[in-house]
Amino acid sequence: MASGVRPRVKVPKSASAGETITLKTLISHPMESGQRKDSSGNVIPRSIINRFTCEFNGQMVVDVTMEPAISTNPYFEFDATVPEAGEFKFTWYDDDGDVYEDTKAIAIG
Amino acid sequence: MEFTRRDTLALGLGAAALTVLPFRVAASADDKIAEFTGGADMKSEGITLTAPEIAENGNTVPITVDAPGAASIMVLATGNPTPGVATFNFGALAGSQSATTRIRLAGTQDVVAIAKFEDGSFARAASTVKVTIGGCGG
Amino acid sequence: MTKQVKSKALIALGFAASTFALATAAQATDPTDPLVVNGDLEIVTNTAAPAHMDMIDTIQSGWEFRSPETQDLQRDDFDNPGMIFVDDAREAWATAEGSEGKSCASCHGEPEEMAGVKAVYPKWNEDAGEVRTMEMQINACRTENMGAEALKYNAGDMTNMVALLSAVSRGLPVNVAIDGPAQATWEQGKELYYTRTGQLELSCANCHEDNYDNLIRADHLSQGQINAFPAYRLKNAKLNSVHDRFKGCVRDTRAETFAPGSPEFVALELYVASRGNGLSVEGPSVRN
Repeated sequence: MASGVRPRVKVPKSASAGETITLKTLISHPMESGQRKDSSGNVIPRSIINRFTCEFNGQMVVDVTMEPAISTNPYFEFDATVPEAGEFKFTWYDDDGDVYEDTKAIAIG
Repeated sequence: MEFTRRDTLALGLGAAALTVLPFRVAASADDKIAEFTGGADMKSEGITLTAPEIAENGNTVPITVDAPGAASIMVLATGNPTPGVATFNFGALAGSQSATTRIRLAGTQDVVAIAKFEDGSFARAASTVKVTIGGCGG
Repeated sequence: MTKQVKSKALIALGFAASTFALATAAQATDPTDPLVVNGDLEIVTNTAAPAHMDMIDTIQSGWEFRSPETQDLQRDDFDNPGMIFVDDAREAWATAEGSEGKSCASCHGEPEEMAGVKAVYPKWNEDAGEVRTMEMQINACRTENMGAEALKYNAGDMTNMVALLSAVSRGLPVNVAIDGPAQATWEQGKELYYTRTGQLELSCANCHEDNYDNLIRADHLSQGQINAFPAYRLKNAKLNSVHDRFKGCVRDTRAETFAPGSPEFVALELYVASRGNGLSVEGPSVRN
């Protein structure tokens, strides 16, 4: 299910060196749990995003293993320490092999 | 199709297996905890799980976990068909060992969060969330 | 608020629909922090009722009836999952469709230039000689100006576009006209609002005028205001249109419902919108 998946991230434009900032992410995805049945009674196969990671300049901030109990349109909020100027990289891994990415630069000042 | 006595017996056994299914599901939450902790004792301090006492809809329940110093936090919904929710692994640049997300709860149940610390110790927090059903379902 | 009248109606309703198991204890709406979106957009979620309403003194957005956790989802556009669909509509707004090679933006510019439009819909259209909802006007634009096909009345694309037009009007007061050429449609809508339907013999008013603030099973009954539509419902994780909500309510009275886009629902929308005159446009909202 790669159509209509849209990652959104909220990152401050700048921070002071060493500051802790709050990041928010939201991605549009049905997160089909594999528990539901269609109108003819057949189980709708599971199709979820199973992993989310956030890195800053190649160093890990958070790495989340996700199961079908994460709601439709997965949302995460967490904190990161910003040692220097650089780029956040956000990656979502879909059951179907698709990988969705977003990046956000942050300045020091 | 004709049912033989053997078929009927098999059906009965299948039905019996179905009725005990909830126990197996409950056990699998314990299995997940055992897998995560290796059976180690869990403290009750050092981890906070914030969840609403009453959720207006089980489809989208906001939760926050916070365990200062934790390497990872596993979240379980003990009353769901599959109890796993998420495991947060915190990296070197995590600004805190806390995270907020939105989860699905199949009904009123305990949500459990378990933190694993760098020194190999564990801590556990649980919160009962009552999941209400709408007035009309409209 | 006229409590005496409300409790009488409640008893009548109890007989009419015991299966709904309405709780008789009135649950006071907790005073909450006012709704301010993104830290600066103030939303009026309660105000004096418009003059045409006899039974209610203060009108309240459905937001006031939700739990603090659900309310909070509307305080920041990033936290509001309904905004995902507004983003989809922004793309559609700038995408040319149809034989004329035009997009919405070709004539209207940025969506923000439409601020205020949603606040006065449904609205009388002189040329067409009818009251039009936002959906009807969008389809008129598509078929008459763009040479594009009409969207299904309650299709996702349509509801998303209505949500975009609502989003750019947020904070402005709902102000639909109920007099002049719109009056006959408004009267028809009012008639429908007070007509009992279905096996349960319930009118809109039985729940949303006589019993708002009471519990219907575990749910806190609202005034049935539509200032905050389209609404992202936690239940189905998508935007829901006003007419889909009407349909769900009428169905739950165990009646055959009118169709989304039908003249009956258009009239009902005008009437219900007018009961919210003075509340802020609030959609896309988040509801349970």
